[in-house]
Amino acid sequence: MGALRTFTIEQQVGLLFLGLFGVLGLVTLIGFGRTLRDLPSEEQELHERFTRELRAVWLGAVLFWIAWVTGAVVATLLFGVISFLAYREFITLTQTRRADHRSLLLAFFGVLPLQFVLAGSRHFDLFTVFVPVYVFFAIPVVSALGNDPQRFLERTAKIQWGIMVCIYGMSHAPALLLIDLPGYAGRGAFLVFYLVVVVAAAQIVQELASRKLRRRPVARAISRSFSWRAWLIGALTAALVGALLYWATPFKPIPALVMGFIAGATGSLGEFVMKALKRDAGVRSWGGKASVTGAVGLLDRVAPLCFAAPVFFHSVRWYFGL
Amino acid sequence: MKLPEAAGLLLAFVARLITGAQGHWYGCPPKAEQRIYFANHQSHFDWVLIWAALPGDLRAVTRPIAARDYWTSSALKHWITREVFNAVYVVRQRTDDQDPLEPLAEALKSGDSLVIFPEGTRGSKGEPQPFKSGLYHLAEQFPGVQLVPAWIDNVQRVMPKGEVVPVPILCSVTFGAPLQLDPGEDKRAFLERARNAVVALKDIR
Repeated sequence: MGALRTFTIEQQVGLLFLGLFGVLGLVTLIGFGRTLRDLPSEEQELHERFTRELRAVWLGAVLFWIAWVTGAVVATLLFGVISFLAYREFITLTQTRRADHRSLLLAFFGVLPLQFVLAGSRHFDLFTVFVPVYVFFAIPVVSALGNDPQRFLERTAKIQWGIMVCIYGMSHAPALLLIDLPGYAGRGAFLVFYLVVVVAAAQIVQELASRKLRRRPVARAISRSFSWRAWLIGALTAALVGALLYWATPFKPIPALVMGFIAGATGSLGEFVMKALKRDAGVRSWGGKASVTGAVGLLDRVAPLCFAAPVFFHSVRWYFGL
Repeated sequence: MKLPEAAGLLLAFVARLITGAQGHWYGCPPKAEQRIYFANHQSHFDWVLIWAALPGDLRAVTRPIAARDYWTSSALKHWITREVFNAVYVVRQRTDDQDPLEPLAEALKSGDSLVIFPEGTRGSKGEPQPFKSGLYHLAEQFPGVQLVPAWIDNVQRVMPKGEVVPVPILCSVTFGAPLQLDPGEDKRAFLERARNAVVALKDIR
């Protein structure tokens, strides 16, 4: 890895993407090769799911690359659009009333753009407190002006919670891309890459582990597969992967291990929380197919990132004493 | 590309961005046959939603109905309904010497498809109101035209009555199987059947 450090930052990032697309291409080729043989119907289903997930990963990787190539403005805009679509899906699944119309307008067309402008312009102090302090105050005021006391707390809480997850959480992805750490300027892409890889590793390993272990689920009503041991295995794998990737980050190996654990653990728990929300909304499984209202499960895909990104971002800032 | 065409594409894009405008073709495929789509009516946004859910080539031949007094009252409203949507104008106030359905009949004669909201007015919520008889008269005059029921879901949340700015919430339009007027079928029975066909689409998942 020593030779890598002699490259310029541009070259290192270029190599990162080359590696990423290389691996993806290889996986796609192998997957395609498998379709040439006849598969039993059971495996067929698994394969279809695999193809769907792979397509999502491709899409994510290409978006990530575009975000990097085009720079701060477009990157922020891109994550802003994803956040918009996720929040749209969230609100579709939540019961709101007529009186919430104005608060929703404020959330979609006021809070969302402003939060991403703050991220894009690197005002990280205001960026951190804008949603938890100012928006938390403004939304219930606007809702109360709607003159409808029925289930007021519930409605306001849902709107605010959605903002926290879909807008606040998501906005930490471009913030990571743009943050300037001492001696690490211009390499935010590595941080985002690190976060995504670590979170994804935790999820995949947790899924596999829970299938292999067949432990009693902790909360059967919410998830039939979530168990503490599988979660721990996932998070520890994330820590290991994080430590192996330390050369790409501003961390030393041990902090990289800890950061990997934090990101992986929060990501998996975030997904678990999203499952609870889905159950509450009465959606059994999005399974990649559009439901009646056209919710396609974007929320599912980005939820781990939305939960892990703020925790990770602020851990990084603490660590560097920014 | 001319200005109205570009404006149309922009409008369809915005409608998709805000509502997703998912079209579910449950009872029939989207084909370039002459059709009358009839749907529940809850919001001003209804027409735009159906229109955006149609494939591009069907949009050009599918026309909405617009109240002349309201939609020609300003230059912009008039331009949008005339140039972008190619709307069929009807007069709301009934006069003795004129059949209110005549502009619709003319449009059907020239081969266009129509979208109508047979409730006549925007309902507040839930079940649609009883249908007005226009649908029956059109079905009687044009037996060759397919009558396609459609259910528009969730749109009342996007833009409740009295609000101007839409909130982004996913909506869908479910298209059902075409109906036909049975020989000798009574007007009331037919309208009831048509309304039931629309309501039945509500529960399809």
